[in-house]
Amino acid sequence: MSVLIYTDSSNGALTKNAFEAANYGGQLAKAAGTDAIAIVAGSASGLEELGNYGISKVLHVADTELDNFDPQKIAHVVAAAVTETGADTIVFTHDYSGKSVAPRLSAKLDAGLVTGAIALPNGNVVKKAVFSGKAFAEIEITTATKIISVLPNSLDKVETGGSAEVVAFSTEIPSTGITVKEIKKESTELSLTEADIVVSAGRGLKGPENWGIVEDLAKELGAATACSRPVSDIGWRPHHEHVGQTGIAIRPNLYIAAGISGAIQHLAGVNGSKVIVVINTDSEAPFFKAADYGIVGDAFEVLPKMLEAIKQLKA
Amino acid sequence: MKILVCISKAPDTTAKIAFTDGDTKFDEEGVQFIVNPYDEWYALVRGLELKEANGGSVTVLNVGAADSDPIIRKALAIGADNAVRIDAETTDALYVAKQISNYAKEQGFDIILAGKETIDYNGSQIAGMVSELLDSPYISLASKLDMNGNIATIEREIEGGVEIIEVNTPFVLSAAKGMAEPRIPNMRGIMAARSKPLTVVPSSEATAATSIKGFTLPPEKSGCKYVDTAEELVALLHNEAKAI
Repeated sequence: MSVLIYTDSSNGALTKNAFEAANYGGQLAKAAGTDAIAIVAGSASGLEELGNYGISKVLHVADTELDNFDPQKIAHVVAAAVTETGADTIVFTHDYSGKSVAPRLSAKLDAGLVTGAIALPNGNVVKKAVFSGKAFAEIEITTATKIISVLPNSLDKVETGGSAEVVAFSTEIPSTGITVKEIKKESTELSLTEADIVVSAGRGLKGPENWGIVEDLAKELGAATACSRPVSDIGWRPHHEHVGQTGIAIRPNLYIAAGISGAIQHLAGVNGSKVIVVINTDSEAPFFKAADYGIVGDAFEVLPKMLEAIKQLKA
Repeated sequence: MKILVCISKAPDTTAKIAFTDGDTKFDEEGVQFIVNPYDEWYALVRGLELKEANGGSVTVLNVGAADSDPIIRKALAIGADNAVRIDAETTDALYVAKQISNYAKEQGFDIILAGKETIDYNGSQIAGMVSELLDSPYISLASKLDMNGNIATIEREIEGGVEIIEVNTPFVLSAAKGMAEPRIPNMRGIMAARSKPLTVVPSSEATAATSIKGFTLPPEKSGCKYVDTAEELVALLHNEAKAI
């Protein structure tokens, strides 16, 4: 009876999202009066920091064969850690890592899985957003072993202080037939799903050459940039910036949308944002209905003025 | 090359979301159902392109009741060669994944494709579960897939970037944006779809691991606060919303 948390690592360090899982698992274990144990696969340092989120022990499989992300290998390692710890609840972050590994583990252990949890479970019942954020579902896990992945930015961080004990752990790692040829890191850009602030723009910007005002504001705010679907479809912006129902879903603290009308498909990708700001020349734009703050105005005037006001605020 | 594409029935992206039976069931009244966009636009179309380039066949598979047949015909109209429907009430992801893998393990598919998630339950679960049940490699969130003989070169999303990998068939892949461009079925395709085989097979023994207790709708936004100037907006974001 313990909670096992998969904390993902990349380039030798825990990812920001690893702490999302640790925070969720740490709070869950505390509420259940049990231990929170993390499992880390591949070369990584700084693992004792997980103690600050209620993790008492970290099992570390420091095998370089795990440095490249392979869901099949990692599911195997996590399953071995479940056996080692006797954990009855396994926690992931609902990002690329959790989406890849948690379903494999669920099938491997024949254990119920709820992905994208937005709150701590109530008994065996887990709440998640469904219909692309247009509703919530309460889902009961009916198996003895439970797997939950937490949606990033859903649960307030509780810092417990303390340092986790890091213990070497080893298990046989299966060969899987996947060969990594190349890794292209976009290290200069802030990851869209991890950004606290996102500045986004749509067709109202009139052309790709006008994106400078979006990028300047984003840079000043330490924000990521995003765009609407039409803009990525016509090639003004790269596909990976497309947020919405068929692009990626984000839930930053602040989402600033300029020149985006707010079609229902776009809203589905951003309606988890804590604060939404809409700037549009059309006062009838549907996006205003989903906004917290709105300016009926021209992005070409408003964005540069926002940039100046933020610079002054910081000064 | 034998390609299997798993498709799910999903409410149209503009459908009104409401619930019945004491908020325990999705209200299908007046709702138009479509092929889940990730399954159709990315998984199915890329499957068809690979078949057109390399030969072989594309089978679409749905786990569901007879009310799935219209979306299965749509997939046939877009260009799939044949279709299989496993006749079952879909209870949860693990149940559906077991149905798919129980069927697929006897069929010798080279590639099994699905969308990265459905737009109703947003689970991102089925393809990963199928890969484990078939003991196959799983490539999640793939944005590019090219075949050279039986070797696939795939781009997929990882932490802060993309990874380019190679894997031999058979494998299971979940498709994200970038894989292909949507195709609209033409009249010839729609006519041809009527005579393409849609085989209904009985479900296999399997149990679910989760059950839905109820649904709620999100609280309405309290309303948009309109401001006149950028300066005012920045001040509110700083002092009131504490967002910057």
